[in-house]
Amino acid sequence: MAAVQEVHDDHRPHGWVRWVYSTNHKDIGTLYLIFAICAGCIGAFLSIMMRAELMEPGIQIFPGLASMVYGVHGDAALDAGKSMYNMFTSVHALIMIFFMIMPAMIGGFGNWMVPIMIGAPDMAFPRMNNISFWLLVPAFLLLLLSMFMPSAAGAWGPGGGWTLYPPLSTSGQPGPAMDLAILSIHLAGASSILGAINFITTIFNMRAPGMTLHKMPLFPWAVLVTAFLLLLSLPVLAGAITMLLTDRNFGTSFFAPDNGGDPILFQHLFWFFGHPEVYILILPGFGMISQIVSTFSKKPVFGYLGMVYAMVAIGAVGFVVWAHHMYTTGISLDTQRYFVFATMVIAVPTGVKVFSWIATMWGGSIEFRTPMLWAIGFIFLFTVGGVTGVQLANAGLDRSMQDTYYVVAHFHYVLSLGAVFAIFAGWYYWFPKMTGYMYNSFIARLHFWITFIGVNIIFFPMHFLGLAGMPRRYIDYPDAFAGWNRIESYGSYLAGFGVLVFLFGVFEAFAKKRVAGANPWGPGATTLEWQLPSPPPFHQWEQLPRIR
Amino acid sequence: MIRNILALVGGASAGFAVTSAMAAPRDWEWTFQPAATDMMRQITWFQDYTLWFIVPITILVMVLLGYCMFRFSAKRNPVPSQTTHNTLIEVIWTVLPVVVLIAIAIPSFQLLTAQYNPKDAPKLTVKATGNQWNWDYEYETGDKDKLSFNSSILADADRAKLGKENRDEYPRLLTVNHEMVVPVNAMVRVLVTGADVIHSFAMPPFGIKVDAVPGRMNETWFKAEKEGIFYGQCSELCGKDHAFMPIAIRVVSQQQYDNWYKTAKNDLDGANKALMAEVDHNKTKVAAAN
Repeated sequence: MAAVQEVHDDHRPHGWVRWVYSTNHKDIGTLYLIFAICAGCIGAFLSIMMRAELMEPGIQIFPGLASMVYGVHGDAALDAGKSMYNMFTSVHALIMIFFMIMPAMIGGFGNWMVPIMIGAPDMAFPRMNNISFWLLVPAFLLLLLSMFMPSAAGAWGPGGGWTLYPPLSTSGQPGPAMDLAILSIHLAGASSILGAINFITTIFNMRAPGMTLHKMPLFPWAVLVTAFLLLLSLPVLAGAITMLLTDRNFGTSFFAPDNGGDPILFQHLFWFFGHPEVYILILPGFGMISQIVSTFSKKPVFGYLGMVYAMVAIGAVGFVVWAHHMYTTGISLDTQRYFVFATMVIAVPTGVKVFSWIATMWGGSIEFRTPMLWAIGFIFLFTVGGVTGVQLANAGLDRSMQDTYYVVAHFHYVLSLGAVFAIFAGWYYWFPKMTGYMYNSFIARLHFWITFIGVNIIFFPMHFLGLAGMPRRYIDYPDAFAGWNRIESYGSYLAGFGVLVFLFGVFEAFAKKRVAGANPWGPGATTLEWQLPSPPPFHQWEQLPRIR
Repeated sequence: MIRNILALVGGASAGFAVTSAMAAPRDWEWTFQPAATDMMRQITWFQDYTLWFIVPITILVMVLLGYCMFRFSAKRNPVPSQTTHNTLIEVIWTVLPVVVLIAIAIPSFQLLTAQYNPKDAPKLTVKATGNQWNWDYEYETGDKDKLSFNSSILADADRAKLGKENRDEYPRLLTVNHEMVVPVNAMVRVLVTGADVIHSFAMPPFGIKVDAVPGRMNETWFKAEKEGIFYGQCSELCGKDHAFMPIAIRVVSQQQYDNWYKTAKNDLDGANKALMAEVDHNKTKVAAAN
């Protein structure tokens, strides 16, 4: 296939117009990535502050922080500090989910690479693509603003957890902070729904001649499945939080028991969205890891069709397991039995994926370039998070683990270590393609090792704390938990240092301007993006590639 | 078969049943807290049982990854194979996990069923109501004037007044002013609800956790095998003082409970003091006998 591309500069806008009015999928992808990095730094800062607080028993950091930010003193500062800690846990989660992982994976890498990998010139709806991104910015600003608004008496910011359970998110926090947070999620959700429609249309209609769905690379497949999950689950969340909003402001009582409502109804609606959401966060990562493992093993993906339909199965089953988040709420024995069964089923397609990645490496000629390190790290850490998930699926055992640090350990192994490692694998894999520059591989490897060691020090001991009974979302804990907490906090500082190494690596790459070339990864990189120059022309595939 | 093993484990530890215990988390604890009910013993057994599957699986993945990294590095294996299918291995890695899941599911369903099918009828029913940020306990004994009291975290300043200065027995953040008092080896039913927002009534050594949801009455039960004081903490985010509304249950002999219950209606603090004195007295007697 000819890789000759002519660069037409005729319709290329310049200056701020290029970015703000952008309808170009690569520019929008870049905006998404920059946005995700900024949001990720803020989210990481919140988590490091929490770890600093938890380093010692007692309350040390947050009253001072509250008095600095909200200007309260004495006992009022102590109270505001306790609420501020709850607000930090809530906002950390919302930022990392809605404003870091989703924008990076779907908005960033999805926008950049899906059209290129399926041989399309751009997304199907370029203007809708623009509004998808620009809805996210006010959404994030609303969330940031909510942190400074009153919520409960003597408290500021939305402190009901990212799950927003009423009545704590309705009568429990009457101030405007929660309203702003809800509106923020509304906007972020609208942004994601528009993006999902765009991806589905693009992938179904704009594949290059000869690229049947069963020849499509796994990353676009992953984004396709993810887009369907978004399209089907986000409207349910939008409905649920709209009901929260009317309960709060217009006197309805969907979730208020004193007028015949039911707080548990919200939990069902929330988790009907929330469980597919966790697959939304990890599925694009599955796709990226498949591309990367295949590239650096110089082998095609093992069991391609199995990989595709494992993702489809995970997506489908992901919709019927939601109440495994609710085993302690008083749902009936039979309901629990069903959700135990359905949840355990998911382990099968997930196992297929892990073993297929290993089989892709098997017999390969593996080069341990930076993206491959992250990918191998991902496979191992995701496995650890996956097997504790199998434990938590059992309602009888979950009774003792629900709302303890065991759950926190589990979902950080699949998200903070799984999804984030996939994002960094993708970043180091496609950075040369997106920018045209090669990063310093020593800095990139240093970033990997610091992060790998740091996050394991943070999250592995959380299993122990969870078993010993430490509940989550606690600003202070009985003295017996002090040992592991101190170690975890050290890990968090190390991982925080890793973020600085990452940022320095990006800066260094742009400063040194080492030319990467069209394909820095050699013969294993077979997908279409490597046939374009780096960075790709402003409009690619003016002559559509033909797939054999 | 699994039931039999459980029965064996249960029988072995029944010998230690009536000893005085203080159950709070310990320094560097990395497993479940010691069980104080048969149910928690079953949960602990099941957790250990699942580890026999998930740890080897994790090690298997680690070993396979390590082997691939060593054997199939570009240095040792410059020419990659192009194998992309092997039906047999694909069937194996689909079917084997199913087998493992079935092996986990069978005792899992037995455990879950047991949690909802207590063997005895309840001897005592206590209603626990979660408030921001303390608990109300109401003894549903059928008496006209029910015994009910509030149980809140104990401020350091009040420790001396209630004789709870020993911080090993009455740890920081776990100690309350008035514990729930229940008899040992008696089936206790706990009705749980929330007054304002959702809380969660959790007692790790008993293996119970149930949400306190406004507008709902949830139910759980336990049958404590050891006398002593046991600690749990609110386990559903409920606002500012979520970390400061502990749950403490004091398990005593039936006779001690009866005496306490009689006095507690009129003089809760006096009843608690008398009970503590008696428990301490017995403890010194045991220590002296040793």
